[in-house]
Amino acid sequence: MKVSSIRLALPTAILVIAFSAAGRAQDTDAAKFSRQSLQAKIEYCTTCHGLSGQGYHGFYPIPRLGGQQTQYIENQLQAFIEHRRENRYMYSVAHVLSPAMRTALAKHFSKLNPKPLGGAPKGLVVTGKKIYEDGIPETNVPACMACHGAEAKGQEAIPRLAGQLNDYIINKLANWNKERGQIPSRPDISAIMLPTSHNLTKAQVAAVAAYVGYLK
Amino acid sequence: MVKFVILKAAVLALIVSAVPALAGNMEPASVRNCTWCHGESAQGYAPAPRLAGQRPRYSESQLLSFRKHTRDNPFSKQYMWGAAANLSPSTAHYLAFYFSKQLPKAANDGDKGLAAAGKTLFEDGDPASNTVSCAVCHGPNAEGIGEIPRLGGLSYYYLKRKLTQWGEGYHAAAKAPMPRIASKLSSNEIEALASYLSFVK
Repeated sequence: MKVSSIRLALPTAILVIAFSAAGRAQDTDAAKFSRQSLQAKIEYCTTCHGLSGQGYHGFYPIPRLGGQQTQYIENQLQAFIEHRRENRYMYSVAHVLSPAMRTALAKHFSKLNPKPLGGAPKGLVVTGKKIYEDGIPETNVPACMACHGAEAKGQEAIPRLAGQLNDYIINKLANWNKERGQIPSRPDISAIMLPTSHNLTKAQVAAVAAYVGYLK
Repeated sequence: MVKFVILKAAVLALIVSAVPALAGNMEPASVRNCTWCHGESAQGYAPAPRLAGQRPRYSESQLLSFRKHTRDNPFSKQYMWGAAANLSPSTAHYLAFYFSKQLPKAANDGDKGLAAAGKTLFEDGDPASNTVSCAVCHGPNAEGIGEIPRLGGLSYYYLKRKLTQWGEGYHAAAKAPMPRIASKLSSNEIEALASYLSFVK
């Protein structure tokens, strides 16, 4: 009973939050930067995020941007700038970008489709798939699929998880409340993941991360 | 008693087989061959960088790149190509592990006046000129990880030379992204980074 009500409530909550988010950059801004400066920024992004946006294992896992939802990338850049999402490196990167440039970069990476880096223990994939598709009713973990989609491609403000670095996902879920939603008076869509990140055990997180990490 | 002697002999045999050539000071000859140039306790000496405390997977991959001649700057060609030519993979692996366990000391030989600017560049990059943060890959304290080298405390001269050489086209086949990043750094940025890093403990 409880689970089914969560399943119904989630998409509704997402819709409400998604539509209350700041208005997206106007297309008319697009003329405000040159092709060369966009190209230079793309190169700058791919230096860390991989030449085709596939992600990279640095000191920290650097996430895949290839095929990511445009709106999700734009929202995250905005969150870094406003310190709703705390990351000093991405703050430094994002705070000099104009809204039009952020949109252009997000669109660029959303169109790429690099091969997943993979690398997670293959033995976890079966368990991960089950959690991803069915959730864990006993501990109120909803099916990831309900929002992120059957193929984990995400939609609009909800991120694609397919092919994401598994250690990146593990890091994020372990630190959700320390990194996301850092301005309590201004809650954002990241709040939806808070209870789930809480209710998943480390082993369950590793399993889900392994499963989505191999998805194309 | 007999059992004990056999055990001792077995232990001795194990030690001898693990470390094939022991010098008088119990330092294997393969290690001694490195420290002639890299300095006692491998803290670096003249152009030869410190090996102590370096990430073992990095050192191992570099030994391989000297053998394959992909690390091709003048000193590498002059010294390391020959030194690494006949190293077996197991000796390279052993040496990388051995030196990673030595305690590193900071060279402290950079320009103190540039250290603050170097720190800012290392930590945050320069978004206006599309220069990425070094810390994202090399770690907040330049400690390195996996195949990514520790940079903290390496000598100013070594760091400066290495960063400059990328811009000159050496070691171009190295794994992305370093050739691309370093070739875009200005000489002032290289001075600042090399100075800062030489003081990092």
